[in-house]
Amino acid sequence: MGNLSRMPEPLREAVGNLLLAMADEEVLIGHRDSEWVGHAPILEADIAIASIAQDEIGHAILWYSLLQELGWPDPDRMAYFRDPPEFRNATLVELPRGDWAFTVVRQFLFDFAEKVRLEALMGSAWTPLAEAAAKVRREETYHLMHSRAWIARLGDATEESHQRMQAALDLAWPHALGLFEPAPGEALRVAEGIQPPEAELRARWEAEVRPILEAASLVIPQAEPIYGGRAGRHTEHLASLLADFQLVARSGLGETW
Amino acid sequence: MVSDGREAKGRLTRETILAALETVKDPEIPTVSIVDLGLIYDVRVKDEEVEVDFAPTFVGCPALHAMEREIVERLQSLGAHSVRVRRVYRPPWTADRMNERARQALRELGIAPPRPAPAEITLTVFEKLPCPFCGSTDTRMENLFGPTSCRALFYCNTCQQPFEAFKPL
Repeated sequence: MGNLSRMPEPLREAVGNLLLAMADEEVLIGHRDSEWVGHAPILEADIAIASIAQDEIGHAILWYSLLQELGWPDPDRMAYFRDPPEFRNATLVELPRGDWAFTVVRQFLFDFAEKVRLEALMGSAWTPLAEAAAKVRREETYHLMHSRAWIARLGDATEESHQRMQAALDLAWPHALGLFEPAPGEALRVAEGIQPPEAELRARWEAEVRPILEAASLVIPQAEPIYGGRAGRHTEHLASLLADFQLVARSGLGETW
Repeated sequence: MVSDGREAKGRLTRETILAALETVKDPEIPTVSIVDLGLIYDVRVKDEEVEVDFAPTFVGCPALHAMEREIVERLQSLGAHSVRVRRVYRPPWTADRMNERARQALRELGIAPPRPAPAEITLTVFEKLPCPFCGSTDTRMENLFGPTSCRALFYCNTCQQPFEAFKPL
């Protein structure tokens, strides 16, 4: 299925809801990562997190561009001129950057969620999505190498690093489960071969992340998922993030970079 | 204007367009053309309308807009009335698309050219990567990430120089 004009209305809306969640999550985690520029614990980590932030924002532009083809406003409009309830991201990505342990734990959980989602979408019935997913999946290889190395390095390095990593995981885990909150229209997307069910993605994700976390002596918390983000219900942190992120665009001082 | 159009038609062929695109460089690797990097997948020309299929190395590359703008300007100065640059993702760009001229130019800049990309990229693609300065393979990867999305940081134990490497994709 490659022809947009022939996509029937309820499906167009349903595919848009999936893309919106993906785009909003990428742009926000990219922004949170960018807050480390100049502050990361070592120079190599600073360069890495800056590069990862740039990649994630680039991926956001790609998903927003596909949304635009489906009839949504252009990427800049979507990123800079919507208010918190209009964002459809899982709450994981809006949480404050925290310490370095939280940053690497969040990134690890997010990168692997993206991995299983992209691998599933490479088989999507909507060709533009399948092609873009294949492209992004190859790039993500480097994020996956980076984030799993940090889990292994800090999980059981010292007592302090272990404590910080465990605290980070306890905080991040229920929000990370929110990465598998079904965006509205899931049944239709599944029926049309756009994506597999979110529950299936979550199972694949857990099968990948659990052994890596456990090998680093981290205990996976028993927790219920924190849902709501993909329905526009957010933590108090999204508003302050957007105030920063959207300030220049909304100031009206300059319309172009 | 009719005569201008006829003149333009004569100049706008696949060959002249590709030759013009040879002069468009990646601003972050200023000696290598986008044609040699393998970023141009296809060129279609009909009358004075040109469509260029352009593949990004990394989707988040901040130089994409600059390169696309330059493609448009270069082809307009060649006589094209409209130029459409289409970003394409299939097949994804891989290091194998880079030609020998690009690989040599990268070495001269102190950037090790990428190895052919395996189906699944692992850290082994970075083992014993030849140093672009002295050719030694006694090298080590220092950081998977570098000054641009497409480059990683290395160190040569033989000539004791840091160097960069273009990442396989």
